Amino acid sequence: MSVSKDEYSNLAKRFSPGSPVFVDCVKAFAVGGLICSFAELLTFLFSKTSMTLEEVKALVLVIVIAITAILTGFGVFDKIAKHAGAGTAVPITGFANSIVSPAMEFHSEGLILGTAANMFKLAGPVIVFGCGSAVLYGLIVFVFKLY
Amino acid sequence: MATRKGKTIFLEKKPRIIANAAAVGKKEGEGPLGKEFDLVFSDDKLGLPSWEKAESELLKRAVEKALLNAATEKNEVDAIFSGDLLDQCIGSSFGLRSLKIPVCGLYGACSTMALSLCTASLAIETGGFDCCVAATCSHFCSAEKQFRYPLEYGGQRTPTAQWTVTGAGAAVLKNSKKSASPYIDKIHLGTICDLGITDANNMGAAMAPAAKKTITDFLCDTGTSPSDYDMILTGDLGKVGSDLLKELMLREEGIDLSSVHNDCGLLIFDREAQDVHAGGSGCGCSASVLCSYILNRFRNGFFKKVLFVATGALMSPVSSLQGESIPGIAHAVLIKSDNN
Repeated sequence: MSVSKDEYSNLAKRFSPGSPVFVDCVKAFAVGGLICSFAELLTFLFSKTSMTLEEVKALVLVIVIAITAILTGFGVFDKIAKHAGAGTAVPITGFANSIVSPAMEFHSEGLILGTAANMFKLAGPVIVFGCGSAVLYGLIVFVFKLY
Repeated sequence: MATRKGKTIFLEKKPRIIANAAAVGKKEGEGPLGKEFDLVFSDDKLGLPSWEKAESELLKRAVEKALLNAATEKNEVDAIFSGDLLDQCIGSSFGLRSLKIPVCGLYGACSTMALSLCTASLAIETGGFDCCVAATCSHFCSAEKQFRYPLEYGGQRTPTAQWTVTGAGAAVLKNSKKSASPYIDKIHLGTICDLGITDANNMGAAMAPAAKKTITDFLCDTGTSPSDYDMILTGDLGKVGSDLLKELMLREEGIDLSSVHNDCGLLIFDREAQDVHAGGSGCGCSASVLCSYILNRFRNGFFKKVLFVATGALMSPVSSLQGESIPGIAHAVLIKSDNN
């Protein structure tokens, strides 16, 4: 075959339609915004009770995670996420979905080596890098006595 | 004895495809070829507890239906040549374990249906086998689980991504001169081609060079041109791969395929209405389309000569993570018929 890898790479790019970035961004902005506004609304409502702000924040997170888990369980979340993209992936909804979906998927391999072992298959990197950056942040704060 | 010219084997016994059957899932049943399939299951799990079990069951049902269509008993079958996409080919081995027929497991990724027809034909050509079954299956859910993300994971698919077909196809091949059934005239095992595509969501682009090589070599070995065929049918190049194949053929070889080319991945789904992006894929795609729509049209005399070129992307999740590019392969089978 005389076509080189570089030539073919260019040809393949020309024939491969790209994602509709603008439409994707608009949808992500709208859905992500709605999720965050919903969480803000909950925060506002709960702050009217006797709970402290810390308690309110924790409760709102738990509610959003629970809704995501339920929607994932009923097979609805992925249908929304298909359109929303980063709009559902970036808020805590994405994290919750990435734990519930493999937990469901690997249920057929048993509770321990299936569900439990694979539960953090997708979310694992988030936890690893989350903890890693927390340590780094802590060190910087400690060394430069910013706290 | 069979003879060989270039990379193409000219068969002498020319095994007949005395019967065929295809079993598919709900989405495939709702597609343009829905009425062609022998069995359509509305429950993609077929009432079983896992996707893998469902895939095995789908294969078993297709093989049993093909044998029923052939009016052939299990003990008359000398061997089954079968493959799928799952690790260690469990789709085939678990699907076929209760049939008590000798099994040869194959892996050719999405090219498996052509590979199974090639190997079954060669087995019959040796004279040691009289009746063989060539079968292949894939399942959308088990393939997603193994190669991509969990089913309920909220991700987005790129426009070049293809949809793995939930389907199985089986063809019963027999050394027979009398039957009016279509027969395998020539076979051609493909050469691996890798032009550096690394995007696992663009397998059509990864496989198109292999299809181009196999088709070019086959036409050269047989001294034929595209107009000699009723159809040159690729496996699952989808929209992107099909366009690239035609462009490569025209640009490199000066051969225009557009009037005879079609692709199983484009035939099986309505790309827009069924939201499958670049088309269908998976080894069950070419298996179920060939073992229904195509072979049925041989039987009613519509087709007389079809070059079936099933294409495969020979990568694994591990090779992709290690940054390897995707090797493509395409095996070809020339199916002919004497029907007038």
